[in-house]
Amino acid sequence: MTANIDLRNVGAGLPDQAEGIQHRARRSPRGAFSALGIFGRVVVVLLLIGFALLFLYPFVWLLAASLKPKSEVFDNSLIPHTFSWSNYTDVWSQLPLLHWIFNSVAIAVLAAGIVAVSSSVVAFGFAYFRFPLRGPLFGLVLGTMMLPTSVTMIPTYLIWKDSGLLGTWVPLFGSNLFGSAFYIFLQRQFFLGLPRELFEAARIDGASYWGMFWRIAMPLAKPSFIIVFLFEFQASWNNLQGALIYLNAGGINGYTIPMGISYAMTKYSPTNGGQGDYQFVMVAALLVTIPLLLIFAFGQRYFVEGVATQGRKG
Amino acid sequence: MTQQLTASAEPEDRQRDLARAVKRRKYNRREALAGYAFIAPWAIGFLIFSLGTMIYSLVISFTNYNLATNTAAPVGFANYRGLAQDPLVRQSLENTLFYAVLAVPLEIIFALFLAMLLARVRRGSGVFRTLYYLPKMTPTVATASIFLLLLNGNTGAINRALRAIGISGPQWLIDPNWVKPSIVLMTLWGVSGTMVIFLAALKNVPRDLYEVASIDGAGPVRQFFSITVPMISGAIFFNVIVLTIAAFQVFDQVYLLFWRDNSNASPDSALFYAVYLFEQAFREFNFGFAAAMAWILFLMLLVLTLIQVKVGNRFVYYEGDRS
Repeated sequence: MTANIDLRNVGAGLPDQAEGIQHRARRSPRGAFSALGIFGRVVVVLLLIGFALLFLYPFVWLLAASLKPKSEVFDNSLIPHTFSWSNYTDVWSQLPLLHWIFNSVAIAVLAAGIVAVSSSVVAFGFAYFRFPLRGPLFGLVLGTMMLPTSVTMIPTYLIWKDSGLLGTWVPLFGSNLFGSAFYIFLQRQFFLGLPRELFEAARIDGASYWGMFWRIAMPLAKPSFIIVFLFEFQASWNNLQGALIYLNAGGINGYTIPMGISYAMTKYSPTNGGQGDYQFVMVAALLVTIPLLLIFAFGQRYFVEGVATQGRKG
Repeated sequence: MTQQLTASAEPEDRQRDLARAVKRRKYNRREALAGYAFIAPWAIGFLIFSLGTMIYSLVISFTNYNLATNTAAPVGFANYRGLAQDPLVRQSLENTLFYAVLAVPLEIIFALFLAMLLARVRRGSGVFRTLYYLPKMTPTVATASIFLLLLNGNTGAINRALRAIGISGPQWLIDPNWVKPSIVLMTLWGVSGTMVIFLAALKNVPRDLYEVASIDGAGPVRQFFSITVPMISGAIFFNVIVLTIAAFQVFDQVYLLFWRDNSNASPDSALFYAVYLFEQAFREFNFGFAAAMAWILFLMLLVLTLIQVKVGNRFVYYEGDRS
């Protein structure tokens, strides 16, 4: 299939990856473009500021709208005429937001924790050990990235149905037990950057294969482990389709954030007989964004590093 | 490393034994077994959740699956025929194609433009990069709820800004002609993932190339097309493929803006392929029909990607020159 294209490029990306994670602070001596004149530099900075404002505007708008009384939510002013602080206290009785956040946090931590560990185990298998068919099997790993979720969605549902797990959270993270292609790829990249002598030395000292992985490779792989954890946390936090399939039958309290806020958008919509209390949707939207922004503040370099690695693949 | 060469009188035999020993030594048995043990979780998951589900969904697509009774009567190609005759499938495919053709080039151009701006500044580019990345971190549902209000035709901020410069903005979320541009707009707000990949690629372009080129009298435009584009062609190629695949599967934004309840003002124009597939699967529980739709999507993506790879290989430059 397409696996062999990926394979070729995987090799090309290796040194960069390890280097990138270990010497992140190093300033690259290379960089695109010839030097700019003072005029050019001013234009560039002005453009950058302009785009920054464009990107930030929706956030400021959201913050303002969340503080407005119902009658002003649509007035587009970035500073509310009347500050309606009570939005932030009323929202909890308007919507079961606490339930949604709890559900989402629990599911996201489980999903991310499980997939980070399982993908690391598999990645170490592909990175360190030599065994027949290793290359073709890794090609298969990459090949599965091509598989659209809509192809697997229905049989996966039937698997969970037949195992009697519908109505639990398991379908939302169960398949993470088996690792996930992109994360296996990322972790393997990192493990390949570790010197082999490290492990040979540990072998001579009598370490088991598992001990080598768990006590030597894993502690060293902390940065890429964090990347995988954060990526999957975000993916799970955003998982709308899974929630629609597996949580729809339960009550509102069982929703996760994407489903809950979607429900709130409909609840207050005048076309559905709502009262147009969009300020509560705005408060909720802001509150569920904050955890991700905090995660980003904490793990920014990991995120950007991880995303950039994708590109080195191709 | 435990094998021993069996001594043999005949030189040819010895040679053969040696060759066999070398071949065997390539894989240490214990190590190989441990390797298989480590990748076992993936292998099990692959057999069940990738290969198993793939085959199963292909089978389902040739049946009339009934969820209530858990029975699947084979119907041959009926689902595929039904799919070809269903005007809504056609409609959703057209919408999705239109969206992809609009979104992918705009995303590439915008992301590359931003990345080039960021690559130009020496100090403070980190701050801008962080700010540009924030939309990518925002949960899709929050983005959708913000844009639902920003894109409101009467009161939304976007049309108010347009009015300020004398343009009367459209009814973004109602007018069938503007539904897809609305989604594109939301997508563009979160373009920073693509941007970061371009930025990493731009940082790897050797500076000397530009110096030599400007000595030779090449202007900025010429430098862009003769140096930048070829040098980052790998990243462009990767982004085009990934964004195309994503565009064909776009679901979350469309669902949240148009399909979360029955108040959709523009049902024809907002019907995307992945949305229709989902509705067929988990609203109507037409598993056979939905599985057929999924396989058609899969085949389309496969063909599209293969074409892109074929075309891409002709002009993509790989550092380290593969032969």
